[in-house]
Amino acid sequence: MVDFAGWSMPIQYESIVEEHIATRTAATLFDVSHMGRFRFKGSGVAAFLDRLLTRRVLDMTPGRIRYSLITNEKGGILDDVLVYRLEQEGEYSHAMVVNASNREKIADWISAHLTDADDVVMEDRTVETAMIAAQGPKAIQIVQPLVATDIASLDYYTGTTTSIASSQGMVSRTGYTGEDGCELILPADNALSIWQAVIEAGRMHGIKAAGLGARDTLRLEAGMPLYGHELSDEINPLQAGLRFAVNLKDRDFIGRTALLKLQSDRNLPKRVGLKLSGRRVAREGYSILTDDDVVGDVSSGTFSPTLDCPIAMAYVRQDVADVGTSLQIDIRGRLESATVVKLPFYARKS
Amino acid sequence: MNPADLLFSETHEWVHVTEDAGAKIATIGISDFAVKELSDLVFLELPEVGKQLSAGDEFGEVESVKSVSSMYCPIDGEVIETNGGLPESLDSLGEDPFGAGWMIKVRISDETGLARLMDHAAYQKQCSED
Repeated sequence: MVDFAGWSMPIQYESIVEEHIATRTAATLFDVSHMGRFRFKGSGVAAFLDRLLTRRVLDMTPGRIRYSLITNEKGGILDDVLVYRLEQEGEYSHAMVVNASNREKIADWISAHLTDADDVVMEDRTVETAMIAAQGPKAIQIVQPLVATDIASLDYYTGTTTSIASSQGMVSRTGYTGEDGCELILPADNALSIWQAVIEAGRMHGIKAAGLGARDTLRLEAGMPLYGHELSDEINPLQAGLRFAVNLKDRDFIGRTALLKLQSDRNLPKRVGLKLSGRRVAREGYSILTDDDVVGDVSSGTFSPTLDCPIAMAYVRQDVADVGTSLQIDIRGRLESATVVKLPFYARKS
Repeated sequence: MNPADLLFSETHEWVHVTEDAGAKIATIGISDFAVKELSDLVFLELPEVGKQLSAGDEFGEVESVKSVSSMYCPIDGEVIETNGGLPESLDSLGEDPFGAGWMIKVRISDETGLARLMDHAAYQKQCSED
Protein backbone atom coordinates (compact mmCIF):
# COMPACT_ATOMS: atom_id res chain seq x y z
CA MET A 1 0.00 0.00 0.00
CA VAL A 2 1.21 3.50 -0.75
CA ASP A 3 0.10 6.98 0.14
CA PHE A 4 -1.50 8.62 -2.90
CA ALA A 5 -2.62 12.20 -2.33
CA GLY A 6 -3.54 11.26 1.23
CA TRP A 7 -5.32 8.00 0.28
CA SER A 8 -3.87 4.64 1.20
CA MET A 9 -3.93 2.65 -2.04
CA PRO A 10 -2.56 -0.63 -3.39
CA ILE A 11 0.06 -0.59 -6.16
CA GLN A 12 -1.03 -4.12 -6.98
CA TYR A 13 -3.21 -6.84 -5.48
CA GLU A 14 -1.09 -9.65 -6.95
CA SER A 15 0.80 -8.86 -10.13
CA ILE A 16 0.68 -5.69 -12.22
CA VAL A 17 1.07 -7.70 -15.42
CA GLU A 18 -1.70 -10.17 -14.52
CA GLU A 19 -4.04 -7.32 -13.59
CA HIS A 20 -3.13 -5.56 -16.83
CA ILE A 21 -3.79 -8.63 -18.97
CA ALA A 22 -7.05 -9.34 -17.16
CA THR A 23 -8.20 -5.82 -18.07
CA ARG A 24 -7.37 -6.35 -21.75
CA THR A 25 -8.90 -9.82 -21.98
CA ALA A 26 -11.60 -10.13 -19.28
CA ALA A 27 -12.34 -7.57 -16.57
CA THR A 28 -10.84 -5.81 -13.56
CA LEU A 29 -12.21 -3.70 -10.76
CA PHE A 30 -10.46 -0.51 -9.62
CA ASP A 31 -11.30 1.42 -6.47
CA VAL A 32 -11.01 5.00 -7.74
CA SER A 33 -12.71 6.61 -4.76
CA HIS A 34 -9.67 8.86 -4.33
CA MET A 35 -10.75 10.88 -7.39
CA GLY A 36 -12.39 14.17 -6.34
CA ARG A 37 -16.14 14.36 -6.96
CA PHE A 38 -17.94 17.71 -7.04
CA ARG A 39 -21.55 18.47 -7.90
CA PHE A 40 -23.18 21.75 -8.80
CA LYS A 41 -26.61 23.32 -8.63
CA GLY A 42 -28.05 26.71 -9.47
CA SER A 43 -29.34 28.57 -12.49
CA GLY A 44 -25.85 29.67 -13.60
CA VAL A 45 -23.92 26.39 -13.44
CA ALA A 46 -23.55 25.71 -17.16
CA ALA A 47 -22.48 29.28 -17.94
CA PHE A 48 -20.03 29.31 -15.04
CA LEU A 49 -18.39 25.97 -15.92
CA ASP A 50 -18.22 27.05 -19.55
CA ARG A 51 -16.02 29.98 -18.46
CA LEU A 52 -13.74 27.64 -16.48
CA LEU A 53 -13.31 24.70 -18.85
CA THR A 54 -11.43 24.47 -22.14
CA ARG A 55 -14.28 22.38 -23.54
CA ARG A 56 -17.76 23.70 -24.24
CA VAL A 57 -20.24 22.94 -21.44
CA LEU A 58 -23.26 25.03 -22.48
CA ASP A 59 -24.32 22.67 -25.25
CA MET A 60 -24.09 19.46 -23.22
CA THR A 61 -27.32 17.50 -23.21
CA PRO A 62 -28.41 15.50 -20.14
CA GLY A 63 -26.34 12.34 -19.69
CA ARG A 64 -23.32 13.67 -21.64
CA ILE A 65 -19.82 13.45 -20.15
CA ARG A 66 -16.82 15.32 -21.53
CA TYR A 67 -13.10 15.17 -20.93
CA SER A 68 -11.86 18.70 -20.41
CA LEU A 69 -9.03 20.75 -18.99
CA ILE A 70 -8.99 23.59 -16.54
CA THR A 71 -6.34 26.13 -17.49
CA ASN A 72 -5.00 29.24 -15.79
CA GLU A 73 -4.71 32.67 -17.48
CA LYS A 74 -1.39 31.60 -19.05
CA GLY A 75 -2.97 28.52 -20.60
CA GLY A 76 -1.17 26.18 -18.16
CA ILE A 77 -3.10 23.06 -17.14
CA LEU A 78 -4.47 23.10 -13.59
CA ASP A 79 -6.18 19.73 -14.00
CA ASP A 80 -7.79 17.38 -16.46
CA VAL A 81 -11.35 16.53 -15.48
CA LEU A 82 -14.54 14.82 -16.54
CA VAL A 83 -17.57 17.08 -16.54
CA TYR A 84 -21.00 15.46 -16.32
CA ARG A 85 -24.27 17.01 -17.44
CA LEU A 86 -26.67 15.26 -15.11
CA GLU A 87 -30.21 14.44 -15.99
CA GLN A 88 -32.57 16.72 -14.11
CA GLU A 89 -32.50 14.37 -11.19
CA GLY A 90 -33.11 16.58 -8.16
CA GLU A 91 -31.59 20.00 -8.43
CA TYR A 92 -28.00 19.12 -9.29
CA SER A 93 -27.37 19.77 -12.97
CA HIS A 94 -23.62 19.08 -13.32
CA ALA A 95 -20.86 17.06 -11.71
CA MET A 96 -17.11 17.00 -12.09
CA VAL A 97 -14.48 14.37 -11.37
CA VAL A 98 -11.00 15.75 -10.71
CA ASN A 99 -7.62 14.24 -9.86
CA ALA A 100 -7.11 13.39 -6.20
CA SER A 101 -3.90 15.41 -6.06
CA ASN A 102 -5.71 18.49 -7.40
CA ARG A 103 -8.96 18.26 -5.46
CA GLU A 104 -8.27 21.12 -3.04
CA LYS A 105 -6.60 23.28 -5.68
CA ILE A 106 -9.58 22.99 -8.03
CA ALA A 107 -12.13 23.52 -5.26
CA ASP A 108 -10.24 26.69 -4.32
CA TRP A 109 -10.00 27.76 -7.97
CA ILE A 110 -13.74 27.35 -8.42
CA SER A 111 -14.54 29.19 -5.20
CA ALA A 112 -12.19 32.03 -6.12
CA HIS A 113 -13.99 32.57 -9.43
CA LEU A 114 -17.54 32.28 -8.12
CA THR A 115 -19.55 35.38 -7.35
CA ASP A 116 -23.02 35.59 -5.80
CA ALA A 117 -24.32 36.79 -9.16
CA ASP A 118 -23.38 33.42 -10.72
CA ASP A 119 -26.02 31.54 -8.69
CA VAL A 120 -23.89 28.40 -8.39
CA VAL A 121 -23.51 26.11 -5.40
CA MET A 122 -20.68 23.59 -5.39
CA GLU A 123 -20.61 20.58 -3.12
CA ASP A 124 -17.60 18.29 -2.60
CA ARG A 125 -19.01 14.74 -2.48
CA THR A 126 -15.69 12.88 -2.43
CA VAL A 127 -15.99 11.52 1.10
CA GLU A 128 -19.71 10.69 1.04
CA THR A 129 -19.46 8.72 -2.18
CA ALA A 130 -17.20 6.02 -3.55
CA MET A 131 -16.18 5.34 -7.15
CA ILE A 132 -15.52 1.95 -8.67
CA ALA A 133 -14.29 1.38 -12.23
CA ALA A 134 -15.06 -1.94 -13.93
CA GLN A 135 -12.89 -2.20 -17.04
CA GLY A 136 -12.41 -4.76 -19.76
CA PRO A 137 -14.36 -6.55 -22.49
CA LYS A 138 -16.44 -8.47 -19.93
CA ALA A 139 -16.89 -5.61 -17.44
CA ILE A 140 -20.34 -4.48 -18.51
CA GLN A 141 -21.90 -7.94 -18.58
CA ILE A 142 -20.51 -8.61 -15.10
CA VAL A 143 -21.78 -5.37 -13.57
CA GLN A 144 -25.13 -5.36 -15.40
CA PRO A 145 -27.13 -7.58 -13.00
CA LEU A 146 -26.40 -5.12 -10.15
CA VAL A 147 -27.50 -2.04 -12.09
CA ALA A 148 -31.08 -1.12 -13.10
CA THR A 149 -30.10 0.75 -16.28
CA ASP A 150 -29.12 -1.16 -19.42
CA ILE A 151 -25.41 -0.23 -19.42
CA ALA A 152 -24.67 -1.57 -22.91
CA SER A 153 -27.25 0.82 -24.37
CA LEU A 154 -25.38 3.84 -22.96
CA ASP A 155 -23.15 5.56 -25.51
CA TYR A 156 -19.46 5.93 -24.72
CA TYR A 157 -18.99 8.99 -22.47
CA THR A 158 -22.55 9.12 -21.25
CA GLY A 159 -24.00 8.23 -17.89
CA THR A 160 -27.18 8.09 -15.90
CA THR A 161 -28.43 8.00 -12.34
CA THR A 162 -29.77 4.58 -11.53
CA SER A 163 -30.15 2.11 -8.72
CA ILE A 164 -27.03 0.07 -8.03
CA ALA A 165 -27.79 -2.96 -5.86
CA SER A 166 -30.02 -1.38 -3.19
CA SER A 167 -28.75 2.20 -3.44
CA GLN A 168 -29.04 5.18 -5.77
CA GLY A 169 -25.93 5.94 -7.75
CA MET A 170 -24.56 6.80 -11.12
CA VAL A 171 -23.25 4.56 -13.87
CA SER A 172 -21.23 5.90 -16.79
CA ARG A 173 -19.52 4.38 -19.79
CA THR A 174 -16.11 5.83 -18.97
CA GLY A 175 -12.67 4.72 -17.83
CA TYR A 176 -8.93 5.26 -17.94
CA THR A 177 -7.63 2.01 -19.42
CA GLY A 178 -8.39 2.08 -23.14
CA GLU A 179 -10.95 -0.71 -22.67
CA ASP A 180 -14.72 -0.67 -22.68
CA GLY A 181 -16.28 -0.63 -19.24
CA CYS A 182 -18.15 1.50 -16.79
CA GLU A 183 -17.66 3.52 -13.66
CA LEU A 184 -20.01 3.52 -10.68
CA ILE A 185 -20.46 6.38 -8.22
CA LEU A 186 -22.36 5.26 -5.15
CA PRO A 187 -22.82 6.01 -1.45
CA ALA A 188 -19.54 5.27 0.37
CA ASP A 189 -21.36 3.12 2.94
CA ASN A 190 -22.40 0.65 0.24
CA ALA A 191 -19.10 0.55 -1.61
CA LEU A 192 -17.64 -2.52 0.07
CA SER A 193 -20.71 -4.70 -0.41
CA ILE A 194 -21.05 -3.68 -4.06
CA TRP A 195 -17.32 -4.22 -4.66
CA GLN A 196 -17.68 -7.73 -3.23
CA ALA A 197 -20.82 -8.41 -5.22
CA VAL A 198 -19.09 -7.44 -8.50
CA ILE A 199 -16.04 -9.57 -7.67
CA GLU A 200 -18.34 -12.48 -6.85
CA ALA A 201 -20.40 -12.04 -10.03
CA GLY A 202 -17.24 -11.76 -12.13
CA ARG A 203 -15.39 -14.72 -10.69
CA MET A 204 -16.51 -17.08 -13.45
CA HIS A 205 -15.44 -14.47 -16.04
CA GLY A 206 -11.94 -14.08 -14.58
CA ILE A 207 -12.40 -10.69 -12.93
CA LYS A 208 -9.51 -9.43 -10.78
CA ALA A 209 -9.07 -6.48 -8.46
CA ALA A 210 -6.48 -4.10 -9.93
CA GLY A 211 -4.30 -1.43 -8.34
CA LEU A 212 -2.47 1.76 -9.24
CA GLY A 213 0.33 -0.14 -11.00
CA ALA A 214 -1.94 -1.65 -13.65
CA ARG A 215 -3.88 1.61 -13.89
CA ASP A 216 -0.61 3.27 -14.90
CA THR A 217 0.51 0.64 -17.44
CA LEU A 218 -3.00 0.57 -18.97
CA ARG A 219 -3.38 4.34 -19.33
CA LEU A 220 0.14 4.57 -20.75
CA GLU A 221 -0.60 1.99 -23.44
CA ALA A 222 -3.80 3.90 -24.18
CA GLY A 223 -1.78 7.11 -24.60
CA MET A 224 -3.63 8.91 -21.83
CA PRO A 225 -1.78 11.67 -19.98
CA LEU A 226 -1.51 11.71 -16.18
CA TYR A 227 -1.49 14.91 -14.16
CA GLY A 228 1.88 15.52 -12.51
CA HIS A 229 3.61 13.62 -15.30
CA GLU A 230 2.38 14.73 -18.75
CA LEU A 231 0.28 17.60 -17.41
CA SER A 232 1.14 20.52 -15.13
CA ASP A 233 0.59 24.26 -14.90
CA GLU A 234 3.81 24.64 -16.92
CA ILE A 235 2.32 22.67 -19.83
CA ASN A 236 -0.46 23.86 -22.14
CA PRO A 237 -3.06 21.56 -23.73
CA LEU A 238 -1.81 22.15 -27.28
CA GLN A 239 1.74 20.94 -26.65
CA ALA A 240 0.24 18.04 -24.67
CA GLY A 241 -1.58 16.89 -27.81
CA LEU A 242 -5.00 17.61 -26.29
CA ARG A 243 -6.25 20.01 -28.98
CA PHE A 244 -9.46 17.93 -29.16
CA ALA A 245 -10.30 19.02 -25.60
CA VAL A 246 -9.99 22.74 -26.36
CA ASN A 247 -12.86 24.64 -28.00
CA LEU A 248 -11.43 28.03 -28.93
CA LYS A 249 -14.16 29.20 -31.30
CA ASP A 250 -17.09 31.46 -30.40
CA ARG A 251 -16.66 31.34 -26.64
CA ASP A 252 -14.44 32.57 -23.85
CA PHE A 253 -12.79 30.74 -20.95
CA ILE A 254 -9.89 31.34 -18.59
CA GLY A 255 -6.72 30.72 -20.58
CA ARG A 256 -8.24 31.14 -24.05
CA THR A 257 -6.39 34.36 -24.92
CA ALA A 258 -3.07 32.76 -24.01
CA LEU A 259 -3.89 29.56 -25.91
CA LEU A 260 -4.76 31.50 -29.07
CA LYS A 261 -1.22 32.91 -29.02
CA LEU A 262 0.39 29.62 -28.05
CA GLN A 263 -1.17 27.87 -31.05
CA SER A 264 1.61 29.09 -33.33
CA ASP A 265 4.47 28.62 -30.86
CA ARG A 266 7.01 26.19 -32.33
CA ASN A 267 9.47 26.47 -29.46
CA LEU A 268 7.60 24.52 -26.83
CA PRO A 269 8.37 20.84 -26.34
CA LYS A 270 5.67 18.48 -27.50
CA ARG A 271 4.29 15.27 -26.01
CA VAL A 272 5.27 12.15 -27.95
CA GLY A 273 5.12 8.39 -27.57
CA LEU A 274 8.37 6.42 -27.59
CA LYS A 275 9.01 2.76 -28.16
CA LEU A 276 12.35 1.37 -27.03
CA SER A 277 14.28 -1.32 -28.84
CA GLY A 278 15.88 -2.88 -25.72
CA ARG A 279 14.34 -4.23 -22.53
CA ARG A 280 15.44 -1.54 -20.07
CA VAL A 281 12.65 0.80 -19.04
CA ALA A 282 12.92 4.57 -19.57
CA ARG A 283 11.54 6.13 -16.41
CA GLU A 284 10.33 9.59 -15.53
CA GLY A 285 13.00 12.29 -15.71
CA TYR A 286 15.47 10.46 -17.94
CA SER A 287 17.05 12.66 -20.62
CA ILE A 288 16.38 12.22 -24.34
CA LEU A 289 19.15 12.98 -26.81
CA THR A 290 19.94 13.24 -30.49
CA ASP A 291 23.68 13.13 -31.14
CA ASP A 292 24.89 14.75 -27.95
CA ASP A 293 22.11 17.29 -27.55
CA VAL A 294 19.51 16.90 -24.86
CA VAL A 295 16.20 17.38 -26.68
CA GLY A 296 13.71 16.45 -23.98
CA ASP A 297 12.87 14.18 -21.10
CA VAL A 298 10.67 11.26 -20.22
CA SER A 299 7.41 12.10 -18.42
CA SER A 300 6.23 8.49 -17.83
CA GLY A 301 7.66 5.15 -18.79
CA THR A 302 6.91 1.51 -18.21
CA PHE A 303 7.17 -1.92 -19.71
CA SER A 304 4.15 -2.59 -21.92
CA PRO A 305 2.69 -6.03 -21.23
CA THR A 306 0.68 -5.92 -24.47
CA LEU A 307 3.55 -4.86 -26.76
CA ASP A 308 6.20 -6.75 -24.74
CA CYS A 309 8.64 -3.84 -24.86
CA PRO A 310 9.35 -0.66 -22.92
CA ILE A 311 7.22 2.35 -23.85
CA ALA A 312 7.31 5.94 -22.66
CA MET A 313 5.73 9.33 -23.04
CA ALA A 314 8.04 12.29 -23.25
CA TYR A 315 8.26 15.97 -24.04
CA VAL A 316 10.75 16.65 -26.84
CA ARG A 317 11.73 19.55 -29.09
CA GLN A 318 9.27 19.94 -31.97
CA ASP A 319 11.92 19.33 -34.65
CA VAL A 320 12.46 15.79 -33.32
CA ALA A 321 8.82 15.04 -32.50
CA ASP A 322 7.77 13.50 -35.83
CA VAL A 323 6.68 9.87 -35.90
CA GLY A 324 9.60 7.69 -37.00
CA THR A 325 12.33 9.91 -35.53
CA SER A 326 15.13 7.93 -33.87
CA LEU A 327 16.18 9.21 -30.47
CA GLN A 328 18.33 8.03 -27.60
CA ILE A 329 17.44 7.84 -23.94
CA ASP A 330 20.01 8.11 -21.18
CA ILE A 331 19.07 5.21 -18.91
CA ARG A 332 21.31 5.53 -15.87
CA GLY A 333 24.35 6.52 -17.88
CA ARG A 334 23.89 4.25 -20.87
CA LEU A 335 22.15 5.31 -24.08
CA GLU A 336 19.29 3.16 -25.38
CA SER A 337 17.57 3.65 -28.75
CA ALA A 338 13.98 4.70 -29.06
CA THR A 339 11.65 5.68 -31.89
CA VAL A 340 8.87 8.25 -31.86
CA VAL A 341 5.60 6.40 -32.48
CA LYS A 342 1.99 7.44 -32.90
CA LEU A 343 -0.15 7.56 -29.77
CA PRO A 344 -1.91 5.56 -28.49
CA PHE A 345 0.38 2.56 -28.25
CA TYR A 346 -2.69 0.36 -27.96
CA ALA A 347 -6.23 0.82 -29.25
CA ARG A 348 -8.89 -1.83 -28.71
CA LYS A 349 -10.63 -3.31 -31.70
CA SER A 350 -14.12 -1.91 -31.65
CA MET B 1 19.41 -24.27 -1.79
CA ASN B 2 17.94 -24.03 1.65
CA PRO B 3 17.72 -20.35 2.68
CA ALA B 4 18.71 -21.37 6.23
CA ASP B 5 22.19 -22.21 4.88
CA LEU B 6 22.66 -18.79 3.26
CA LEU B 7 23.92 -15.40 4.34
CA PHE B 8 22.03 -12.25 3.45
CA SER B 9 22.86 -8.59 2.88
CA GLU B 10 20.74 -5.62 3.88
CA THR B 11 20.25 -4.96 0.16
CA HIS B 12 18.60 -8.41 -0.32
CA GLU B 13 21.42 -10.38 -1.95
CA TRP B 14 22.07 -13.90 -0.69
CA VAL B 15 25.49 -15.57 -0.53
CA HIS B 16 26.46 -19.22 -0.34
CA VAL B 17 30.12 -19.93 0.37
CA THR B 18 31.83 -23.17 -0.70
CA GLU B 19 35.46 -24.28 -0.87
CA ASP B 20 37.05 -25.38 -4.13
CA ALA B 21 40.71 -26.42 -4.22
CA GLY B 22 41.56 -24.11 -1.34
CA ALA B 23 39.71 -21.11 -2.77
CA LYS B 24 36.49 -19.81 -1.29
CA ILE B 25 33.74 -19.38 -3.83
CA ALA B 26 30.63 -17.25 -3.21
CA THR B 27 27.47 -18.00 -5.15
CA ILE B 28 25.26 -14.89 -5.13
CA GLY B 29 21.64 -14.19 -5.98
CA ILE B 30 18.74 -12.13 -4.68
CA SER B 31 16.20 -13.20 -2.08
CA ASP B 32 12.63 -14.39 -2.51
CA PHE B 33 11.55 -11.25 -0.65
CA ALA B 34 13.33 -9.03 -3.21
CA VAL B 35 11.83 -10.94 -6.12
CA LYS B 36 8.35 -10.64 -4.64
CA GLU B 37 8.77 -6.93 -3.93
CA LEU B 38 9.91 -6.27 -7.52
CA SER B 39 7.38 -8.67 -9.10
CA ASP B 40 6.72 -8.74 -12.88
CA LEU B 41 10.42 -8.98 -13.82
CA VAL B 42 11.31 -7.72 -17.29
CA PHE B 43 15.09 -7.34 -17.43
CA LEU B 44 18.24 -8.66 -15.79
CA GLU B 45 21.82 -7.70 -16.47
CA LEU B 46 24.78 -9.67 -15.11
CA PRO B 47 28.51 -8.80 -15.23
CA GLU B 48 31.17 -10.25 -17.52
CA VAL B 49 33.20 -13.19 -16.27
CA GLY B 50 36.57 -11.88 -15.09
CA LYS B 51 35.22 -8.68 -13.60
CA GLN B 52 36.90 -7.68 -10.32
CA LEU B 53 34.45 -6.59 -7.66
CA SER B 54 34.96 -4.96 -4.30
CA ALA B 55 32.47 -5.31 -1.48
CA GLY B 56 29.64 -2.87 -2.16
CA ASP B 57 30.21 -2.71 -5.93
CA GLU B 58 27.19 -2.99 -8.20
CA PHE B 59 27.32 -6.28 -10.12
CA GLY B 60 24.15 -5.93 -12.15
CA GLU B 61 20.62 -4.62 -12.29
CA VAL B 62 17.22 -6.22 -12.12
CA GLU B 63 14.17 -4.44 -13.44
CA SER B 64 10.45 -5.00 -13.11
CA VAL B 65 7.42 -3.18 -14.46
CA LYS B 66 7.31 -1.26 -11.20
CA SER B 67 10.94 -0.35 -10.55
CA VAL B 68 14.63 -1.04 -11.13
CA SER B 69 17.20 -2.13 -8.55
CA SER B 70 20.96 -2.38 -8.55
CA MET B 71 22.47 -5.53 -7.07
CA TYR B 72 25.57 -5.28 -4.91
CA CYS B 73 28.41 -7.72 -4.32
CA PRO B 74 28.96 -8.19 -0.57
CA ILE B 75 32.59 -9.37 -0.79
CA ASP B 76 35.81 -8.69 -2.73
CA GLY B 77 36.66 -11.06 -5.56
CA GLU B 78 36.60 -12.00 -9.22
CA VAL B 79 33.53 -13.13 -11.14
CA ILE B 80 34.36 -16.65 -12.34
CA GLU B 81 30.95 -17.72 -13.65
CA THR B 82 27.53 -16.22 -14.35
CA ASN B 83 24.12 -17.79 -14.80
CA GLY B 84 24.12 -16.70 -18.44
CA GLY B 85 20.73 -18.14 -19.33
CA LEU B 86 18.90 -16.40 -16.49
CA PRO B 87 18.18 -13.06 -18.26
CA GLU B 88 16.25 -15.07 -20.87
CA SER B 89 14.34 -17.10 -18.28
CA LEU B 90 13.27 -14.60 -15.66
CA ASP B 91 10.46 -16.93 -14.64
CA SER B 92 13.00 -19.24 -13.05
CA LEU B 93 14.30 -16.31 -10.99
CA GLY B 94 10.74 -15.71 -9.84
CA GLU B 95 10.06 -19.34 -9.05
CA ASP B 96 13.38 -20.44 -7.56
CA PRO B 97 15.45 -17.44 -6.43
CA PHE B 98 17.67 -19.57 -4.15
CA GLY B 99 18.35 -22.26 -6.76
CA ALA B 100 17.87 -21.86 -10.51
CA GLY B 101 17.86 -18.10 -9.92
CA TRP B 102 21.51 -17.88 -8.79
CA MET B 103 23.34 -15.09 -10.60
CA ILE B 104 27.12 -15.07 -10.19
CA LYS B 105 29.99 -17.03 -8.67
CA VAL B 106 32.83 -15.00 -7.21
CA ARG B 107 36.27 -16.27 -6.16
CA ILE B 108 36.67 -14.49 -2.85
CA SER B 109 39.89 -12.48 -2.41
CA ASP B 110 38.88 -10.83 0.85
CA GLU B 111 36.13 -12.32 2.92
CA THR B 112 35.85 -9.62 5.59
CA GLY B 113 32.58 -8.56 3.93
CA LEU B 114 31.03 -11.86 5.02
CA ALA B 115 31.10 -10.74 8.64
CA ARG B 116 28.63 -7.97 7.82
CA LEU B 117 26.03 -10.39 6.45
CA MET B 118 23.03 -11.74 8.33
CA ASP B 119 21.81 -15.25 8.84
CA HIS B 120 18.35 -16.16 7.53
CA ALA B 121 16.56 -15.48 10.81
CA ALA B 122 18.04 -11.99 11.12
CA TYR B 123 17.26 -11.31 7.45
CA GLN B 124 13.65 -12.39 7.86
CA LYS B 125 13.38 -10.04 10.80
CA GLN B 126 14.68 -7.18 8.63
CA CYS B 127 12.13 -7.99 5.90
CA SER B 128 9.25 -8.07 8.35
CA GLU B 129 10.24 -4.60 9.55
CA ASP B 130 10.55 -3.13 6.04
